[in-house]
Amino acid sequence: MNWTLLLPEIVLGVSGLIAIVAGVIPKRDTTFPVALGVLGAMLLAAVLVIGQGEGTAMGGQYAADAFTRFAKLLVLLGAAGGLVLSLDWNEKEGLSRFEFPVLILFATLGMMVLVSANDLMSLYLGLELMSLALYVMAAFNRDDGRSAEAGLKYFVLGALASGLLLYGASLIYGFSGTTNFDRIADAVDSSAGNLGVVVGLVFVIAGLAFKISAVPFHMWTPDVYEGAPTPVTGFFAAAPKVAGLLLLARVLQGPFAALAPAWQQVIVLASLGSMLLGAFAAIGQTNIKRLMAYSSIGHVGYALMGLAVGSDAGMRGLLLYIAIYLFMNLGAFAVLVAMRRGGRALEGVDDLAGLGRTDPGMALAMAVFMFSMAGIPPLAGFFGKLYVFLAAVQGGYWTLAVVGVLASVVSAYYYLRIIKVMYFDDSAGAMDPRPAGLSVVLAGSGLFTALFFLFPAPILAAAQAAVAALMG
Amino acid sequence: MIAALAFYFFAAILIASAVMVVTSRNPVHSVLFLILCFFNASALFLIAGAEFLAMILVIVYVGAVAVLFLFVVMMLDIDFARLREGFQRYAPVGAAVGGVLFLELLMVLGTWRFADDAASLRINPTTPGGISNTAAIGRILYTDYIYLFQASGAVLLVAMLGAIVLTLRDRPGTKRQSVAVQVARDPKLVETRAVALGAGLDTIGIRRPLPPPEPPKKVEHAADHAADHGGHH
Repeated sequence: MNWTLLLPEIVLGVSGLIAIVAGVIPKRDTTFPVALGVLGAMLLAAVLVIGQGEGTAMGGQYAADAFTRFAKLLVLLGAAGGLVLSLDWNEKEGLSRFEFPVLILFATLGMMVLVSANDLMSLYLGLELMSLALYVMAAFNRDDGRSAEAGLKYFVLGALASGLLLYGASLIYGFSGTTNFDRIADAVDSSAGNLGVVVGLVFVIAGLAFKISAVPFHMWTPDVYEGAPTPVTGFFAAAPKVAGLLLLARVLQGPFAALAPAWQQVIVLASLGSMLLGAFAAIGQTNIKRLMAYSSIGHVGYALMGLAVGSDAGMRGLLLYIAIYLFMNLGAFAVLVAMRRGGRALEGVDDLAGLGRTDPGMALAMAVFMFSMAGIPPLAGFFGKLYVFLAAVQGGYWTLAVVGVLASVVSAYYYLRIIKVMYFDDSAGAMDPRPAGLSVVLAGSGLFTALFFLFPAPILAAAQAAVAALMG
Repeated sequence: MIAALAFYFFAAILIASAVMVVTSRNPVHSVLFLILCFFNASALFLIAGAEFLAMILVIVYVGAVAVLFLFVVMMLDIDFARLREGFQRYAPVGAAVGGVLFLELLMVLGTWRFADDAASLRINPTTPGGISNTAAIGRILYTDYIYLFQASGAVLLVAMLGAIVLTLRDRPGTKRQSVAVQVARDPKLVETRAVALGAGLDTIGIRRPLPPPEPPKKVEHAADHAADHGGHH
């Protein structure tokens, strides 16, 4: 059974149960202590993940190696960042309820189950645990029509995607005779005609592509990102996307590595579509949350490029890109959450006007994130793109590399427009003072993004170890 | 021999009550026949040696689902006579579609090939020797797949949490039962009297003592507080 391998998940799950009881019994508002407890549980889980052994557990349904360690640390970081963003926001918007941190915790637990899945069944359960918590979080501001719409839309389309994924999983099970990843790999290797498995795999990819909002399964993203409360949007763009992308990489490079020529075509198309849509559709946006939604679709396209190439270098590029994307995104959303004037939350790109004079520190951080997302050296985002493009060129995927470069040139327009609005437009008045938690997230992710080029070694080494564990 | 007789007995009642579910005019009768159906099906499971499934069928389907059906049927005022109005008119079309489906089913079954060892597998119990099938199911569910079982539990917990978060509203005027207050009440303050059947409280002159003045509500207090200090934020 070897259940000690699951210690991070067990700790997180038990803390969730304790947090519910501890939150509901006292008569007063317990949001803040529960949130602190959840942050503590995440920290404890992160420490346990670092010290976690390697191998499979629970009859082969759970796997732990350097790759899952890398993925879980990113997920925990993204979730903790999302929670910090939401603390002050929820209080100001009158959403201060202790269930919010608990939902983030269970979503995180789902993501950890997801990236550790070594069986189609644990994959599905992890995905549902994550998604169900996300649906509720999207609708968390239940008295706001847009938030309720976002939650409902996400739920209905997400259920459809889960159905697709389940259908694919049942086909794979039917044609390979097992749900375990290791045995699926054996079955795929040994048999000549894998048509049924390939059809099932395409459905599974479609289900997962929905969760990471890759084109052509991206339709829900702008509406849900716009409607959900801003910190929830930040969380959506960070942790679940990282978990989904890493799981997709793990599934495709693990049990289905032998079918690479089949799935590579699908991933190449999704990557091309996501990059182009992310670049062009964001140009006309005036709502900054919608703009970030399209921007995140574009980033998923770049990250998928690494997966489409399929080589060791490509996978390393993917992992690096996701890690850097997580930091940039948390930082950018910290700015979005801090956009508040006279107690009212702002969402327009124009509302940033004059930020360079009224709040130079935040404007500088936002400029760093935007330059980084556009891929300007020497910021972190440049290196993320560099490694992915390099892998594509080395692998002979010239179309992907050329389209990627062109798309990032187009997308630079709207990233630079934000900087222009901040520094060269007339101010509409100072923003409200931002809470300390946001400043911490801003400073942390800003420093990481700006100074990554000085100390890239630890992350590169971790990505290298993760790739070695994955590609074996 | 006895097993075969019992099988035909229960199977005949099962089919007859299933027919009655569909044809009976009163929906409450339909649900009652459905319950009879479930009991007979569970008897068939017992004959087949699947005692766990038999008990679960009774507990879950008779105990919960059928009662829920009954509840819904009684709650909803559905005019079933009107629902059946078009029966005569659409019967030929329905019969034609049903006939085609039946033919297709026959064609599928006609090409069915049984595996060579199917007959022997059917006779043999599917559980390992010496283990009852309840124990075997328990072993699969709680030992082999405990991880997935717990993960499903977490999914259901999140579903419950989500339903509460999205729908529960704390209304300030709600009166709640406080067991501690009830238990701690001084028995001398309560007067017990025999009341004649059908006599109202007013006729025998018992009045409830007036409740003590309510303490100021927390919600209003918070609102005042916010209004007082609004300028400082």
